[in-house]
Amino acid sequence: MPDRWFLILLGALVAASALFLTWGLSTRIWFILELRLVKLAGLITVGIAVGIATMLFQTLSGNRILTPAIMGFDALFLLVQTSLVFFIGGFGFVQLPGPVVFGINTAVMMVAAVTLFGALLHNNRRDIQLMILVGVIFGLLFRSLTSFMQRLIDPSEFAIVQGTMFAQFGGINRVELLTSVCLLLPLLVWIWRQCPVLDTMALGRDPARSLGVPYDGLQFRLLCAIAALVSIATALVGPITFLGLLVSSLTYSLMRSHRHALLLPTSAAMAALILVFGQTVFEQVLDLQSTLSIVIEFAGGLLFLFLLARGKLQ
Amino acid sequence: MIDISGVSYAIGKAQILKDVSLHIPCGQITALIGPNGAGKSTLLNLMSGQEPLQTGTVSVDALHIGQTRPRDLALKMAVVAQHVGVASRLRVRDLISFGRWPHNQGRPTAADHTMIAQALDRFDLNALADRFLDEVSGGQRQRAFVAMAYAQDTDWLLLDEPLNNLDLRHASRLMAELHRLAREQDKSIVIVLHDLNYAVAWADHVVAMKNGALAFEGATQKVTNAENLSALYDTDVRLVQTEDEVFVAHHR
Repeated sequence: MPDRWFLILLGALVAASALFLTWGLSTRIWFILELRLVKLAGLITVGIAVGIATMLFQTLSGNRILTPAIMGFDALFLLVQTSLVFFIGGFGFVQLPGPVVFGINTAVMMVAAVTLFGALLHNNRRDIQLMILVGVIFGLLFRSLTSFMQRLIDPSEFAIVQGTMFAQFGGINRVELLTSVCLLLPLLVWIWRQCPVLDTMALGRDPARSLGVPYDGLQFRLLCAIAALVSIATALVGPITFLGLLVSSLTYSLMRSHRHALLLPTSAAMAALILVFGQTVFEQVLDLQSTLSIVIEFAGGLLFLFLLARGKLQ
Repeated sequence: MIDISGVSYAIGKAQILKDVSLHIPCGQITALIGPNGAGKSTLLNLMSGQEPLQTGTVSVDALHIGQTRPRDLALKMAVVAQHVGVASRLRVRDLISFGRWPHNQGRPTAADHTMIAQALDRFDLNALADRFLDEVSGGQRQRAFVAMAYAQDTDWLLLDEPLNNLDLRHASRLMAELHRLAREQDKSIVIVLHDLNYAVAWADHVVAMKNGALAFEGATQKVTNAENLSALYDTDVRLVQTEDEVFVAHHR
């Protein structure tokens, strides 16, 4: 039985999408519609990826304040991307077809995420302060390494990195979008089938294991899925640190349920709604005077501080 | 029967268990007693497969720990850990329904609902069934976890200090309930206890640990005497016999 709030969110998302597509549509209708459709599909894809990656990560880490972005996942993605240009050279990078670059990026990202965060989750799940600290340090380390490498490569190659790194909400690449959707769909199917076992995993490692859940193997696969989802979102629009946190805390306070079959679709719809609605407002009302990511970061960052101050570290 | 043979366990350089071998009988309540740091919880965790075995073997009935599929083991034994915290927002009823996971893998049947209702009944949780776990007291949460293990409906039930946080009434009711399970449904129960009075009153079998080794074990009446217990805790312990009960006195 679909939940009332989920249906409301879905309705709002459809309305926001319609508004986004049709607002101020007067001349050259098909041309503009096509542009907007690509953008809309990109926003929704990013929303789904960020919403679900965040929920999955919070279930694995057993708390509601850490998100993949706070733990430095998307900084890691940028690092992987920069090292690719660094090691195979800007020319080689441009020569490779888009999906191949994306595939290599995602694969390296998965390996790195599983190695780093797998060990971390295994030993320190209970120690949230330590996890936040490690996340901040990881993020800083990844960013510093990234900018270090960008300094070493020559300016023309740097331009290539920059071009791929800061794709904003405005310009979404069609090839990348298609690749992302092709990767996202099977991932979503797999994750959906894990919903009941995810509920059990949320009890924590030991209780879940004593119920016969092969926890460590699943954690490994879920970390891979999270890495892939973060890759999708980051490749399309660049890093957005606090969107996940904003979405997950709104979802938890709306749903008051532990069932992932409800939580995951709701967070996906919520994230997509925030992005689509926000982008509409920015394009039409504020005439692109600011950027959506800045506002999301601002609101999300405030929420993060608020949650920290309230001691809601559970 | 749980068969433990030659089990040693070390964390870093600290030797927690030293070559422990013993049998735990079926269909009875076995109390695991001993001073702090004796290795009781570690032994329990090794028995339940929560910690990987380093040396030695443990088998539960015919299943060898470490070589059995997690699900088969979960159908054989249920575990109630000592410190249980749950991050997700769960109602008491939801928590108990997780006990049915090994049977239904998340697709509950009518039989599962009956079992959940029974667990709520037995552990006096009906009034709390729809409360969230973070809105009930520590003792109530503890009872919910025991009820979840009960709902798992396994031959073996392993509990690590389940009486922590429980008031007098619920502590003795819990022990009576476990006793009934052993008698009526032939369940085998292993329980880590600190209060010797509960051990003497309810356990059929006692296993005493000290410094990571077995101190003594046997039928409760035979082995719980003043001499053994005093040596176990390095403290003067007296047994006081009233008309129909035995008390362990050590408070002064």
